[in-house]
Amino acid sequence: MTDILIHPGLVLIGGALLVACLRGPARGAVVVLLPLLALALVWQLPDGPAWQFRFLDYTLTPVAGDPLARLFATIFCLAALAGGWFALGQASRLEVPAALVYAGSAIGVVLAGDLLTVLVFWELMAIGSTLVLWSSGTPAAGRASRRYLMLHILGGVVLFAGITGHVAATGDVTFAPMALDSAAQWLILAGVLLNAGAPPLSAWLPDAYPEASWSGTVFLSAFTTKTAVYVLIRGFPGAEILIYLGLCMVFYGIVYALLENDMRRILAYSIVNQVGFMLTGIGIGTEMALNGAAAHAFTHIIYKALLLMSAGSVLYMTGRRKCSELGGLFHSMPVTTACGIVGALSISAFPLTSGFVSKAMISQAAADGHLQTVWLLLVAASAGVFLHAGIKFPWFVFFQEDSGLRPADPPASMRWAMIFLAAICIGLGIWPEALYRLLPFGVAYEPYTAPHVLAQLQLLLFSGLAFFVMLPFLRRTLTITLDTDWAYRQLVPRLAGQGQRAVLAVRGWLAGRRPGVAAGLRALAYRVYGPDGGLARTWPTGSMALWVLVLLLGYLVLFYA
Amino acid sequence: MGTAKHWLDEPRNVRLLRRLALAVLVLVLAAELAVQLKPHFAVEGLFGFHAWFGFFACIAMIGLAKGLALLLKRPDTYYGDGDD
Repeated sequence: MTDILIHPGLVLIGGALLVACLRGPARGAVVVLLPLLALALVWQLPDGPAWQFRFLDYTLTPVAGDPLARLFATIFCLAALAGGWFALGQASRLEVPAALVYAGSAIGVVLAGDLLTVLVFWELMAIGSTLVLWSSGTPAAGRASRRYLMLHILGGVVLFAGITGHVAATGDVTFAPMALDSAAQWLILAGVLLNAGAPPLSAWLPDAYPEASWSGTVFLSAFTTKTAVYVLIRGFPGAEILIYLGLCMVFYGIVYALLENDMRRILAYSIVNQVGFMLTGIGIGTEMALNGAAAHAFTHIIYKALLLMSAGSVLYMTGRRKCSELGGLFHSMPVTTACGIVGALSISAFPLTSGFVSKAMISQAAADGHLQTVWLLLVAASAGVFLHAGIKFPWFVFFQEDSGLRPADPPASMRWAMIFLAAICIGLGIWPEALYRLLPFGVAYEPYTAPHVLAQLQLLLFSGLAFFVMLPFLRRTLTITLDTDWAYRQLVPRLAGQGQRAVLAVRGWLAGRRPGVAAGLRALAYRVYGPDGGLARTWPTGSMALWVLVLLLGYLVLFYA
Repeated sequence: MGTAKHWLDEPRNVRLLRRLALAVLVLVLAAELAVQLKPHFAVEGLFGFHAWFGFFACIAMIGLAKGLALLLKRPDTYYGDGDD
């Protein structure tokens, strides 16, 4: 049982501390070698629990291997490798170590065999990702990271409450499929869905990710949402609500991305859109659908990282991120343009790219289950992906209208990281068996049939026609589109401000009319809240023990009453 | 690279590309006559289903987005700098 002594996730987390101390070429070498070492360890994991120990009354299984866990751990290692490679020139000394902690804890979640381990790594992931965002250093990133942390702590608390309730009710900490038959399990689901970017709180994602540095967004796009997808595949396969939530996310992503002007926010909305496809697959819940969701998570991490690298390269070279200030970059950035187009074709599921071989399994599962409406919506959404990410992003950034900017391609480390991921996108598209062999269930699916290829080409090319026909309606404007984050960015602060004004008005009125009452109230408030007031002074341990005693006595009385 | 003209800057080439694209569109439609599609649902058996469904779905989504924009679009300085 204790064959494995080195946890691949802990290698990255421990390695992060090492990277933080290093400088120069040694640092670069360690950043690239650590994920490779973790990958080698992942592939030595045997099936089943690899490491167990007793904690309190529970048997914890921090490491357990199976094909699904290996698939996600593999892609997380690859994402850490490509991201670290791309970020070799990153001036921030915090970002890459934070990203390694983030990646290591994501691997910790997917290898966890029990819910307590999931929770611990889940929280660590929130800290790592917040630091990646915060290390960008701009005031906007600072504010965005505070909002990001607030929501992820909320999600973590909900997950914690759910896991505690579930363990208390069943006495079992094993991470196994849940039937959603208790409030605690619904809480677990809600906590996980927040990280997946599901409605009504999808807005944290497009709010936070685009504020990270040119390389930070690449890391952020890979782990949080896909770890949530993994937990949903393992914990809630076939939960019907996920179909509806997934379809909402798919169209939310498209519609908001169509209206967006910031190139990286377009891609952030498209993460929500793509995770929507995965959730729909998990909700359908057949072996084909779950395979499709897992495969799509794998390919999505690669092409989304590639798209965000091309956007990051543009940001790095020009300092601009609004579509309305970009355009015409293909003249001087041929490598970035080509890699961006490969990513755009992959996300659109063009034949011979990775998206084609993964997304098709989800649609196929909907068709096999005779879910006609779901299938039609998925087809419409596939057209919409080409519209907002497949054409809109490269068109406005690299082609029309010429901004006159002529920046060169980015430095070699960034170029080669992009070429590496572009090669994987095309490689998996040409040779899907390499991916299919890693999937949790046996694959009996052939993506390259003449009818499937033709149907997909018709769908995508005519969506492209629709883009150019409707181009006058897609003009880039200096606008944002309000989302549910308006509630905590505008509504609540505004209400608090009004409340404060109301209190001040009442105080002013009292001071004028009834000075005696006003003074009395002020004295009362001072007695209660002042430095020596009952609610402000520090309490001796003894009085705390006394009150606990009173509470326990009260409990005893109630218990026997 | 600065001033050199890219072949895509030549209007003649752009026209050629546009014609080529239209030809490809016609071709993928016509190919349906040669390839036996395997429809999952009855509606998929209609001629050129994926072509026209994709086209109109995109127009509908753009319409939906424009409708939503009327309600929810704001200047990108809306949250300003001191939004917390």
